[in-house]
Amino acid sequence: MEALIIKDLYKTYSNGKYVLKGVDLAVPEGDFFALLGPNGAGKTTIINIITSLTYKTDGSIKVFGHDFDLQANLAKSFIGIVPQEFNINMFETCSNILINQAGYYGITRKEAIIRTEKYLKSVKLWDRKDDIARTLSGGMKRRLMIARALVHEPRLLILDEPTAGVDIEIRRSMWNLLREINDIGMTIILTTHYLEEAESLCRNIAIIDEGKIIENDSISNIVKKLSQQSFIFNLSNSCNKRPNIENFKVSMKSENEIEVRVSSHQNLNDVFQEFSKQGIEISSMRAKSNRLEELFISYVDAKRNDDE
Amino acid sequence: MMNNIIKNMRINRLVRINLVGFYTIIRREIKRVVRIWIQTILPPAITMTLYFIIFGSLIGSRIGDMSGVPYTTFIAPGLIMMSIITNSFGNVVSSFFSGKLHRHLEEMLVSPMEITTIVFGFVSGGLFRGILVSLVVTIVALFFTELKITYPLITVSTIILTSVTFSLAGLLNAIFAKNFDEISIIPTFVLAPLTYLGGVFFSISLLSPFWQSVAQFNPILYMVNAFRYGMLGISDIPILKAYTIIILALVFLFSLVIFLLKRGTGVRN
Repeated sequence: MEALIIKDLYKTYSNGKYVLKGVDLAVPEGDFFALLGPNGAGKTTIINIITSLTYKTDGSIKVFGHDFDLQANLAKSFIGIVPQEFNINMFETCSNILINQAGYYGITRKEAIIRTEKYLKSVKLWDRKDDIARTLSGGMKRRLMIARALVHEPRLLILDEPTAGVDIEIRRSMWNLLREINDIGMTIILTTHYLEEAESLCRNIAIIDEGKIIENDSISNIVKKLSQQSFIFNLSNSCNKRPNIENFKVSMKSENEIEVRVSSHQNLNDVFQEFSKQGIEISSMRAKSNRLEELFISYVDAKRNDDE
Repeated sequence: MMNNIIKNMRINRLVRINLVGFYTIIRREIKRVVRIWIQTILPPAITMTLYFIIFGSLIGSRIGDMSGVPYTTFIAPGLIMMSIITNSFGNVVSSFFSGKLHRHLEEMLVSPMEITTIVFGFVSGGLFRGILVSLVVTIVALFFTELKITYPLITVSTIILTSVTFSLAGLLNAIFAKNFDEISIIPTFVLAPLTYLGGVFFSISLLSPFWQSVAQFNPILYMVNAFRYGMLGISDIPILKAYTIIILALVFLFSLVIFLLKRGTGVRN
């Protein structure tokens, strides 16, 4: 079964601005799905429409087979949402925030108290259960919002840039938590600017730009489509002259760094052989940016070039 | 057969969500009123004590009787009603608007609760504060005058109907408000004049026929008089007419609030 089906979704604001221009999307149950796109592409609008904070102009949405136009409340009961901006009651204690949220989804107080302990512990906030939300740090507030979204144990969890502004250690622990809950069968949809996050966590991705889905495939298929990748080679000794390697685009980043662009049909071994022939010793190498990031930029650039 | 069972399960699920959700909102609202009692319960007690001292004991003793009862006794039901109106209104407008401003209202909006459940929850909070404040102000009034309840059913029903009506009015104000200024405009420029001109301190029989006709457009007049009738057995307005106007106002505001929230006015894009 599909956890989410979006068909021909349009959103136009009263000022005539088109935010979504016919979005089609299908997320299978149990998937870990990423929705990527630059700022203003329409990611948050899609999420707000799914959670009913924004009304669509046209199109249809089904959550686990329940049509939003006919059974909105039933559809909403399956969703947990972690929004981009803080929307917690800053004057309420962490535990009360979760207990109240559970109540809004029909979970009795007795059960809500048990679940509150479980989910505050899972985001490592149990020791702050009696503190009011406004005393928490930014990262803690974000984790609190994740616990709040989980307390009614939704079948579909939607996270709108959940790790924005969170330090690396906490980001990693949040990733582990998300992997765990996806492993037990919860469908997760994630929007993020950290493409590394999408590549590390998700199985499928959709790229949205200017209100349209421009790519929708599995991560592995999308990475196969990556035509070029840049590598940075760190040299053991400094080099003053740019080495010339036939069929490869080479540039000097500094005396100790060389950048080489490698196409998908080319072999990295050829680069190493050429460096050896020219007496250049390599101490280490790394990808210039993450693969998905390169792909993302190439998609968006290609689309804009087409438009021009 | 199977389809019917699934349909019933879904209905039961949604009924449970709305019942538990309603209880959760009421509990949250009551806790809020009690937690900030210095802002919610104490001010009406102090304000009404001052009203009774100044208008009741000091000035009232020189006025004598009004509508056949001592002036302090005459104004007591009006002052209780005034507290109910301002507190029910204030409770819902501040709670709903703060949820809107700080965005935690979204917790309810994205949940599977019906809009009517959310409205009932907030209104119940206003009703709770209205009843609580009416009890506190009644106790204050007893220090200054003797009060009796002539018609208990009318007294209690007027408190409930008025409190619910002004809770809905507060909700309406909060739906449209975009900043704190806009939640103080209605209480200052609409609610206060209507309350003071609604027969709290005087019988409208003292007004000229023209102003008596104008006063008939003030819904608070009907609430004050219905409540005064319940307590003292005197009213400037026929009690049936008073009930009709109060219930019409309540139904109109309820329908308007539900219509606006379902449309997303002030809370959704």
